[in-house]
Amino acid sequence: MALHFELVTPAKLVRSEDVHMVVVPGAEGEFGVLEGHAPFMSTIRDGVVQVFKTEGGAAEEIAIEGGFAEVGDNGLTVLAERVDG
Amino acid sequence: MASLKELKDRIGSVKSTQKITKAKQMVAAAKLRKAQAAAEEARPYAERLASVMAALASKVSGDDAPKLLAGTGSDKRHLLVVVNTDKGLCGGLNSNLVRAAAAKAQELQAAGKDVEFYLVGKKGRAPLKRNFPSQIGTHFDTSTVRYPGFEEAAKIADELVEMYESGKFDIAHLVYPTFQSALVQNPTIDQIVPVPAPETAEESDAVVEYEPGEEEILEELLPRYVKTQLFGALLEIAASEQGASMTAMDNATRNAGDLINKLTIQYNRSRQAAITTELIEIIAGAEAL
Repeated sequence: MALHFELVTPAKLVRSEDVHMVVVPGAEGEFGVLEGHAPFMSTIRDGVVQVFKTEGGAAEEIAIEGGFAEVGDNGLTVLAERVDG
Repeated sequence: MASLKELKDRIGSVKSTQKITKAKQMVAAAKLRKAQAAAEEARPYAERLASVMAALASKVSGDDAPKLLAGTGSDKRHLLVVVNTDKGLCGGLNSNLVRAAAAKAQELQAAGKDVEFYLVGKKGRAPLKRNFPSQIGTHFDTSTVRYPGFEEAAKIADELVEMYESGKFDIAHLVYPTFQSALVQNPTIDQIVPVPAPETAEESDAVVEYEPGEEEILEELLPRYVKTQLFGALLEIAASEQGASMTAMDNATRNAGDLINKLTIQYNRSRQAAITTELIEIIAGAEAL
């Protein structure tokens, strides 16, 4: 059971992989997305996206700037204007 | 008839021109590959953004739609954003763009609209200024950076949105080339402001939750959509410039080769004629003795 996570910037598709959970810095607070999350759309404030590859594993942190997140049938898509690292 | 020395110099100069065009052709070929890859990598973002836009725009409509989507209620003042290259040596690319922009401007003027230009890149400035001296507005300089990217697109978009909000124009069109191949780059004209209502995406049954709200998201999304459009145009112009340059330089190199062949034949003929004349003179001199 995995969540399909995509991180896209205007320059390129940064990530497209299956992960366990992603924590996104939403405009109205952080939210975690697991597999099977209800359809959801939110703007994002500048911050850090935490990607948990496995349950209980260490988080990988990706700093992003400006964008929004969309959760749909095919997983989580984060559109960011800039990604550091 | 040109003297032997003149011919020789001429051949030399054509040869060095050929060297330049050949080098430019190879550089363009290498850069084209890069520009094409960049254009391809930008596609997922634009596609996703467009699909989200479509879903949202169909929900938020009517009076509470943001100005960027609904328009100012008038269509009197038009802004033509023309994206040109900064450098030449790329065949008819810029003149095609300028021609398309001028045709659109004339069409709008004939319909009684006001037209103003917003120019991106150096090469469109002179010809457009000649035809529309009083209508050239802002000029955005992209020649200071090597590869205009998202930052430049964002700056242009911010400026456009600001001009729109302060009521400087009602409708903006973007004139840019679409890169089809190294041989074909057609000028395209798209309306960018107000954002044209996207075709309604297929409705999914799931109820989507919005945070903060549909309108707020849409309000943030619209300027971003304009940015993405401009970014796409910058990528297209980069790819088109290299493609057109490659083709133009290929032709130029071939022409130079033909010219060199012709001049060489001419040179050899005159040299032969000179030798023959000299021989005849010697023989005639010997016979006279």
